Amino acid sequence: MLLVNVIVTIFLAIGMFFMFIGAIGLLRFPDFYTRLHATGKCDTLGEGLIIVGLIIYHLFHYPGTSLATVKLLFLIIFIFIANPTAIHAIVKAAYRRGLKPWRWGEGRR
Amino acid sequence: MSRGEKGFGIIVTFCVMFLFWLILSELFDAFHLILGGICSAIVTLISHGLMVKGKSQKMLPKSLRLLFYIPWQLWQIVLANVDVAYRVLHPKMPINPLVIEFETSLRGDFALATLANSITLTPGTITIFVEPGKGKFWVHALAREPADAHLVDKTMQRKVAHVFME
Repeated sequence: MLLVNVIVTIFLAIGMFFMFIGAIGLLRFPDFYTRLHATGKCDTLGEGLIIVGLIIYHLFHYPGTSLATVKLLFLIIFIFIANPTAIHAIVKAAYRRGLKPWRWGEGRR
Repeated sequence: MSRGEKGFGIIVTFCVMFLFWLILSELFDAFHLILGGICSAIVTLISHGLMVKGKSQKMLPKSLRLLFYIPWQLWQIVLANVDVAYRVLHPKMPINPLVIEFETSLRGDFALATLANSITLTPGTITIFVEPGKGKFWVHALAREPADAHLVDKTMQRKVAHVFME
């Protein structure tokens, strides 16, 4: 059980790390498009890793109710499909509206 | 869409929806099964055209190839995150954004959507715009190197084309 807990903690920690990076990127990057790079990608992997950690925890601590792990697996699949699609929709809307991408050397927006 | 294809789409959609109901409800008594059947039927009536657009050619080999494509894609997502983490945490923030456009040989809806989502999830690139008729992509890249991966290298385009046999 200790080994399982260690592995779960590692997964959760790496997931949290990437979510944290996404938040820092949101604050540091200069414009709309680059901020979406940070939040979109890091959130996808961060949430995925956290849920993988939860699946492992559930499998070993509550082995009787394995359908819950299937539900968590569905969550991962939906996040991995919906997240890039949502990013694409937001970016497309901004680009259509005429928002110019930031170039090297310009000030922050 | 012929009549046989429509029936096939309805049956597949209903089975998937009912399986989904069973997994999510975890209740297997008659009342909940009948309720699930009714709900699945309603959803099927509304959206069977969305899920299965007729009998596609060579569905089985395509699905198998997609299964082999996913692990490679997951690895690319990990690389993308490490790349973004490096650029975010580097004190000088080494980014030089640019917008590129390129054409592909892909035409199918599902193939285009897969490539667009794959581009968004891989290192330093986001799909801005897709023109289905020409298979043309507009992509926002964080720097020169990730852009070259699509302009020069084209590994991902070849892989997606291989999966969907286009």
